[in-house]
Amino acid sequence: MKIGVYVCHCGGNISEVVDIKKVTSFAEKQGDVAIVRDNAHMCSDVGRNLVLEDIKEHNLDRIVVAACSPQFHGKTFMDIVEKAGLSPYVFEMANIREQCSWPHFDEPDLATRKARDLVNVSIAKVKLDESLERKTMPIGKRVLVIGAGIAGIQAALDLGDAGFEVHLVEKEPTIGGKMAQLSRTFPTEDCAACILSPKMADVPSNPNITLYTNSQVEKISGFLGNFEVTIHKKPTYVNENCVACGICEEKCPVKVPNEFEQGLTKRRAIYVPFEFAVPYRYLIDEDICIYLKDGKCGNCQKVCPHDAVDFTQKPEKIEIKVDTIIVATGYDIFDATEKKVYGFGTNKNVITSLEMERMIVHEAEGRATREIGKRIAFIQCVGSRDEQIGNEYCSRICCMYATKLSQLLKRGDPKKDVYVFYTDLRAFGKGFEEYYKRAQRTGVKFVRGRVAEVNEDSKTGKVILKVEDTLARQIIESEFDLVVLSVGMTPGAGTKQAADVLRMTRSPGGFLQEAHPKFKPVDTLNDGVFICGCAQGPKDIPDTVAQASAAAARAIRLMNKGVYAVEPITAVVDEDLCSGCATCVSVCPYDAVKTELKDDKRVAKVNEILCQGCGSCSAACPSGASQQHWFMNNQLRAMVGAALGEEEE
Amino acid sequence: MKSNLEPKIVAFCCNWCSYAGADAAGTSRLQMKPYFRIIRAMCSSRIDPEMILDTFKKGAWGVLVAGCHPGDCHYVTGNYRTQNRILLLKNLLEELGIAPQRVRLEWISANEGGKFQKVVNEFIDEMAELGPLNLSTERKVKEAS
Ligand code: FES
Repeated sequence: MKIGVYVCHCGGNISEVVDIKKVTSFAEKQGDVAIVRDNAHMCSDVGRNLVLEDIKEHNLDRIVVAACSPQFHGKTFMDIVEKAGLSPYVFEMANIREQCSWPHFDEPDLATRKARDLVNVSIAKVKLDESLERKTMPIGKRVLVIGAGIAGIQAALDLGDAGFEVHLVEKEPTIGGKMAQLSRTFPTEDCAACILSPKMADVPSNPNITLYTNSQVEKISGFLGNFEVTIHKKPTYVNENCVACGICEEKCPVKVPNEFEQGLTKRRAIYVPFEFAVPYRYLIDEDICIYLKDGKCGNCQKVCPHDAVDFTQKPEKIEIKVDTIIVATGYDIFDATEKKVYGFGTNKNVITSLEMERMIVHEAEGRATREIGKRIAFIQCVGSRDEQIGNEYCSRICCMYATKLSQLLKRGDPKKDVYVFYTDLRAFGKGFEEYYKRAQRTGVKFVRGRVAEVNEDSKTGKVILKVEDTLARQIIESEFDLVVLSVGMTPGAGTKQAADVLRMTRSPGGFLQEAHPKFKPVDTLNDGVFICGCAQGPKDIPDTVAQASAAAARAIRLMNKGVYAVEPITAVVDEDLCSGCATCVSVCPYDAVKTELKDDKRVAKVNEILCQGCGSCSAACPSGASQQHWFMNNQLRAMVGAALGEEEE
Repeated sequence: MKSNLEPKIVAFCCNWCSYAGADAAGTSRLQMKPYFRIIRAMCSSRIDPEMILDTFKKGAWGVLVAGCHPGDCHYVTGNYRTQNRILLLKNLLEELGIAPQRVRLEWISANEGGKFQKVVNEFIDEMAELGPLNLSTERKVKEAS
């Protein structure tokens, strides 16, 4: 056996704390160690080639790299070891950065000792590594996209155009998401509906996309290349005969606030979500329909000339199989009633920014829903950057959408007085700072200061704000016709549900966690599951679209070759030791172990395709017959011994 | 601290949550006492009680087992198995006259660097207080208390 040990300086990240010389000279003294080297950057081309050449030249058959976390560069070096003709599994990584130089920089001596121990642990393990081979498995070209806002639509279209089979699931009766509700988009002020609706229309016309609206993903089992998905489709009570003529709507006696319009207008129990909805078809709101409740009414069915109303529709369960999944479940706006001081919900002249979006759309179309008034104030960071309500993060869009709304208001009537009360003004994107400057020039007053009090003048209904202007150092008390709360983003109900169904990790703010913040921003720790858009964290439309295309590309990368590599770190049973007790069968979460008769003896057998390599069965086995490749009992014990400074036998 | 010896702690961490949580602590430069050594397994459920006993035999003062939060195990139910096994082991340790707090089970997610730091520092302090595992003295302490 010939082991090569490589110690990385990580450009000072490690070597400024750990005494590299002491580590290398320790490694040199260990049995079977043939070569020890150190390098400024093991992950660089130079570092990688060092390993490659040494393996070839010196016939090394085991490699230890002491550097950063294996979660960071483990794969880098496994690929190099494989390229040199060895099994990628005769390789170990000692994490002397994240788990040594960084958390112990206060104590360099002890950190150096720990680094030595960690190298020793890796040497102990590598000696017992088996030459496992990576296996390949076939993979198809089917993708599930959850959520059909702009993120899901973009991902689905990219995949569909690339020839992949897409199943797009949306919980609402139409696709389009939150973007469909916006007036215009910052900083270019394109009309949101005008740029979104053609994309929405492309979805049903794409032959590779199957769309499920009014549907939710209820259950997902399986794994990369083999996900089994159960979709729950709610009935709409209107079938495909519907041509959206609208006769039914006129005869429907029930009226409720229209959620798409933020309650500014009313809709009936039978309705189309909005004028560019996809699919453009009526549906019945089962919670309020009189016929569905007590069998009376049924007007819509009576008047429909196309026989489209069908009260017998039942919820459907649809089972599909896919190879990869993209989660694009978006966000909800912060519930402003949670922030009691601003009086939202009690004071009718305090509204959310989304209401303002709709009001501006209506006004532009000449069908104003309510008076906007002359003096308008925006309060920023409502539900964002607010530790009191538990949202520490910045929602990233509010500064710019408030700027945009202020511009649209000014454009309608330059004499309007518009104030924006902000904490910090963040204009970080392309063209944002220029846009903000322009807004200032049009006379919008940006005031730095948190709003302390919001009161209502009981006679006039006007809203009186008390704000401390922290730049001018004075208290402003002023009256406004309308106060707009710039509400932030929260992880949507759909995002929470998807996280539960897929058992995904969530970041502190509750958004879905990416596999790596820099280099794997749309991957997750679940193989074959990708995230994009506001499900991952607050972001604007261009970033959302970019991420969606990135997620599509990452999914294509996995599926395009038709095969993918699987790790051989599955469970393995020593049939001689196995007593056939089937304890392993009962603990396996994947039904990957079964017992079978072999030479009259009952023994456990592992299905290597189903086994995901958790090692639970190995831990449960009372006779030590079940083990896990790459984490064999003797390996774990040898590691423990080395970690505790036990001398080699 | 009962002795001038340095505490020896072995921390078994699952690959998906707790090992990443430990990395997160390091990346944030959260300082921890350098008396623990992490051993990575794919899931906390790979670690069996016998292995933990063996770890004590090899000189550990305390053993930390860290996995994903309930419901978050990358392998669905692995951490529930871990929980049961650790519970059983703690009972066994009691029987053997070993302070059961020498085994500690924690759920630490990939973003809980702060929690990792807190748990490790706390555990190291606690073990320093207990001192090295020595069956005969351990029993006496137990009887006296
Ligand atoms: S993978 Fe973390 S406990 Fe199972």
